[in-house]
Amino acid sequence: MTETLIPPAPSTTGTPLLEARGITKLFGSVQALDEVDFSVSAGEVMALVGDNGAGKSTLIKCLAGIYPIDGGEVLFDGASVSIGGPKDAAKLGIEVVYQDLALCDNLDVVQNMYLGREAKDMIGRLKEPVMEARTAETLRSLSVTTIRSIRQPVASLSGGQRQSVAIGRAVMWNSRLVILDEPTAALGVAQTRQVLELVRRLAEQGLAVVLISHNLHDIFEVADRITVLRLGRNIAVYDRATTTQQEVVHAITAGLPTKVAGIAGTGETPA
Amino acid sequence: MSAVETPAAGLDSSLGAIARRRFEAIKAGDVGVLPIVVGLIVITAFFYSKNSNFLTAGNFTNLMVQMAAITTIAIGVVFVLLLGEIDLSIGYVSGVAGVVVAQLQVPDGSWEVKGVMAIVIAVLVTAAIGMFQGTIAAIVGVPSFVVTLAALLFWQGVIIQAIGETGVITIEDTTINNVANYFFTDTWGYGLAVAASVLFALSQLAGVWSRRRHGIFSDNLVLVVAKIVALTAVSFGAVYWANEERGFPFAFLFVIILLVFWTWVAERTTFGRHVYAVGGNAEAARRAGINVNRIRIQVFMISGLMAGLGGVVFAARLNSVDLNAGGGTILLDGIAAAVIGGTSLFGGRGRVISALMGALIISTVANGIDLLGYSSAIKFMVTGLILLAAATVDAVSRRRLQRSGR
Repeated sequence: MTETLIPPAPSTTGTPLLEARGITKLFGSVQALDEVDFSVSAGEVMALVGDNGAGKSTLIKCLAGIYPIDGGEVLFDGASVSIGGPKDAAKLGIEVVYQDLALCDNLDVVQNMYLGREAKDMIGRLKEPVMEARTAETLRSLSVTTIRSIRQPVASLSGGQRQSVAIGRAVMWNSRLVILDEPTAALGVAQTRQVLELVRRLAEQGLAVVLISHNLHDIFEVADRITVLRLGRNIAVYDRATTTQQEVVHAITAGLPTKVAGIAGTGETPA
Repeated sequence: MSAVETPAAGLDSSLGAIARRRFEAIKAGDVGVLPIVVGLIVITAFFYSKNSNFLTAGNFTNLMVQMAAITTIAIGVVFVLLLGEIDLSIGYVSGVAGVVVAQLQVPDGSWEVKGVMAIVIAVLVTAAIGMFQGTIAAIVGVPSFVVTLAALLFWQGVIIQAIGETGVITIEDTTINNVANYFFTDTWGYGLAVAASVLFALSQLAGVWSRRRHGIFSDNLVLVVAKIVALTAVSFGAVYWANEERGFPFAFLFVIILLVFWTWVAERTTFGRHVYAVGGNAEAARRAGINVNRIRIQVFMISGLMAGLGGVVFAARLNSVDLNAGGGTILLDGIAAAVIGGTSLFGGRGRVISALMGALIISTVANGIDLLGYSSAIKFMVTGLILLAAATVDAVSRRRLQRSGR
């Protein structure tokens, strides 16, 4: 296996891998996203936080090509791109791991990893040994060691293992940006630990990682920077090293702390 | 590349470990073919104790021909059930194929088509019917249960209309009749047994070799050899037994070829993989880029195609079609065979071979009851109870599988 999980480092290390400028999204008359700026660099874990309805899911769905954007611009590798559908996103190397993981319980680990992109020969025969070896290789490179057999149905895996399979599937395709939607929401303590370590490892391997979570404790453990969305606008971007949980909580619930605290609607002057 | 470190290779391939894993799987609810093998032994022992003619060579060849049509139809049902759908039209769709073949071969008919060509046309017609029904279910979103229930009525009407006053069309075309009435000579029979054994051995060894080349050592060579020996023994045994009477029936060879082909499609091609995926989690399959509607339509096409082939076998066996073509217990036998054979009604779980397993049980029971001279009332009741038992095993094992997270 000569293929490597680690994608080539971006040519100019200064530019973010993905930069979204002034993204606007309307659902009828409802403004879901209002001039949102967002960026993430290779080798970085960018957390995306905000209360329910803040626009986190809408933003990642725009980046994943599921919703078309109504305004703004997306730059990938410094070049303007238009993401018209999930296939475009996949072509750029953007993979999303959704909260419900989208695994087929009746299929085994290998079959799930290759679902929809099976390795086959000219007459459509599946190349099982190739897929099996490469799956083992991918999981090993992510240090996922708790899965006893990759030929067991994913239904028999624990929540953390399932998450690992879903993440492994996302990174197997030379992806460069992985978006994780609430990866630890349903997990216990030990499994959350496992997944967070995996998230960190992805960034160390040079991928750009976007992590959506409600759990600030998790975020402060793995994120490099934190983008706060509130009511469809981005309030602020914090550097993990120089901020506190209180500051972020405050931004999520009440907007920027420079304004009168606790009164809704006063904190939304653009950052 | 060292394979020893891969998780896959971590599986112990000793006989003891394989047996232990199998036992664990059964405990967890994955019963496999165990109930069928036990059931067959019990059924055979029962009928043999009542009537020693049950195990004669003549009855054995009869049984092989009798079950050919149901097995063929049930293969299509397996695919439909894998999706978690149902096709209630298979009975009368098979009847349509019988009527088409019969009409085409009528010697003074204005559109006379003979032999294989007539069969091909009939099967294309039923495949198109399946495609149409699948399209309505998949694209429009009418539940397949209702679409195919409507189709059941519709095609029954079409058959009655087509056969009309005469009430019966006799099939005189020998090629068509031979589908169910040709028996190989003894030599040919043994030739087929040799071919089957050699092909099976080659495919097994090729699989082992290919896996080893990629560093996967999950096969136990003793078990592989045992499988090859067993299949060889069964092939020669069946041919020897059949040769005591009329010889090995073409219809059963036809069924074996269909089983091998569709097993290959289900387990070795992307299409088959996607069928399992859609049956397991349609939303996940859709997000993985699989065209779920196309898979649904194709599966209903397979169902129509196999129902048509089964209908041809039926018509050939009777040398005619009448107003009852496609009626009677064909529909229920076809679905029951797939379910009794172990294909889940809940989608995503099952194998093509279960069509043969279930048909074997149903046909053995029917054959035995006929032999004992009981009425068809008894036959219906017993078959109904077996179907209920099989569906119960399915539901219970599904619950166990969920609980044990398999």
